[in-house]
Amino acid sequence: MFPFNFEWIWDMSHIIFMGGLWYALSILGAGMTFCIIKAILATANGKGSHHH
Amino acid sequence: MDSALIPKGVKRCPIWQFALGLGVVGAVLLWGVYAMFLCWFKGLNQTNMNDYYGFALWIWADLAVIALGGGAFFTGLLKYIIGKDDLKNIINYAVLIGFICYSSALLILAIDVGQPLRSWFIFWHANVHSMLTEVAFCLSCYFAVLTIEYIPLVLENRQLDKVPFVHNLTHTMHEHMAVFAATGAFLSFFHQGSLGGVAGVLFGRPFAFREHLFIWPWTFFLFTWSAAAYGPSFTLLVTRITEKITRKKLVKESTIQLLAKISGWMMLTYITAKIIDTVYWATTTAPSLGFTLKDFYSNNPVYGFWILGAELILGGVIPALMLVTPKIRQNRFALTTATVLAVIGVCLNRWVMILQVMAVPVMSFDTWAMYYPSWQEVATTVLPVAYGIILIMISYRYLPVFPNEAELNPLEPETPVVATAGTEEAAEEGPEPELTPAEA
Repeated sequence: MFPFNFEWIWDMSHIIFMGGLWYALSILGAGMTFCIIKAILATANGKGSHHH
Repeated sequence: MDSALIPKGVKRCPIWQFALGLGVVGAVLLWGVYAMFLCWFKGLNQTNMNDYYGFALWIWADLAVIALGGGAFFTGLLKYIIGKDDLKNIINYAVLIGFICYSSALLILAIDVGQPLRSWFIFWHANVHSMLTEVAFCLSCYFAVLTIEYIPLVLENRQLDKVPFVHNLTHTMHEHMAVFAATGAFLSFFHQGSLGGVAGVLFGRPFAFREHLFIWPWTFFLFTWSAAAYGPSFTLLVTRITEKITRKKLVKESTIQLLAKISGWMMLTYITAKIIDTVYWATTTAPSLGFTLKDFYSNNPVYGFWILGAELILGGVIPALMLVTPKIRQNRFALTTATVLAVIGVCLNRWVMILQVMAVPVMSFDTWAMYYPSWQEVATTVLPVAYGIILIMISYRYLPVFPNEAELNPLEPETPVVATAGTEEAAEEGPEPELTPAEA
């Protein structure tokens, strides 16, 4: 649920519950995006090619 | 046939033996899948749930596996945040067990909701006054965390790791795992707690209702505490079972002892708090609502005082004392017994807090409402167990789940190495001449 949905009410319950959900999802999403970008850059720089 | 996929330096059973094992467990899995489809296509009339039992075997199984899977978040917290580095030897397996437990919980819920295609309603049309909404949010997010923690293990497969991007991604994810572990611990604290909170706020059910601290009933804290205490015990038990089946030592003894000690102390503090909670509830809360303790444990065919004793003493005090006593803990049989008792204890606690709550009469004209699950409920509850065994089998075979396995179980060389007589190396490393070969 987002603030632009018809069910949304600007009260503490909605802000805490939905804010908490989107906060957690943002951390996970941002964390994974960071890891993937870092891995792409490392691969582009030739790291990991000769680790065997 | 699949030797190229098996981790280096370890031995696995022949492929036919592995396939046979998969086939046997797979048959049980198919039985559960059949029952699952019956529930989805014919509806919840396939169950023995009724107006008394909106929560039944599935919800017990859900709460039990979530508590048992608590080993993942607590071990992750200890390793990545508190810095107990010795736990790196068991963290992969704890994550795998947690992943199985939480995916099982979600699978059971997908059957229980009756209309799985509408599962997304809880996110889009959330009831923000319900503890179960918080549970759904945290459960889904924490499952995402467990998936993120499990991915590097999958990517460490011998063939996948040869791909440079995959190798780099695994390395990067390991580097930043503390962020995910911290998020997981935060989410776990709330969903474990809210599962307990659901029972504790039921003011119409004096068997479950507890006093509150602000908005949280005591059961909120007790559930989180018990998951952190009993989850690692379940991890230890499954590790022990795996060692028995594979006939190998898979985790260093120091790691086992550390986790057992932590689990024991957590359990001891938890069970002390639980006993205080029970005494206060029995002497103050329940009487204030018009009930005596005896009302909850008499005039029915199943729930007697034995269940209270079994939960608190047999499944609480005894395993806790066993695990905090070094001499007992160091005995492998006693350690396994303690973990078995602990698992029984936490499962009984969840059973009582779900099913006995429903059974106890609350009106003067009510009688005890007993419940026995249908075979479809039993089959769909066994289904995640079979799924878990299969995932463990596949992960153990193809992934480096136990980092110390090769070191603890060195492979015998295929051709006997004969030391060259007269060389310095042979003289330095060879057995002493006065010892017999076995002594050497």
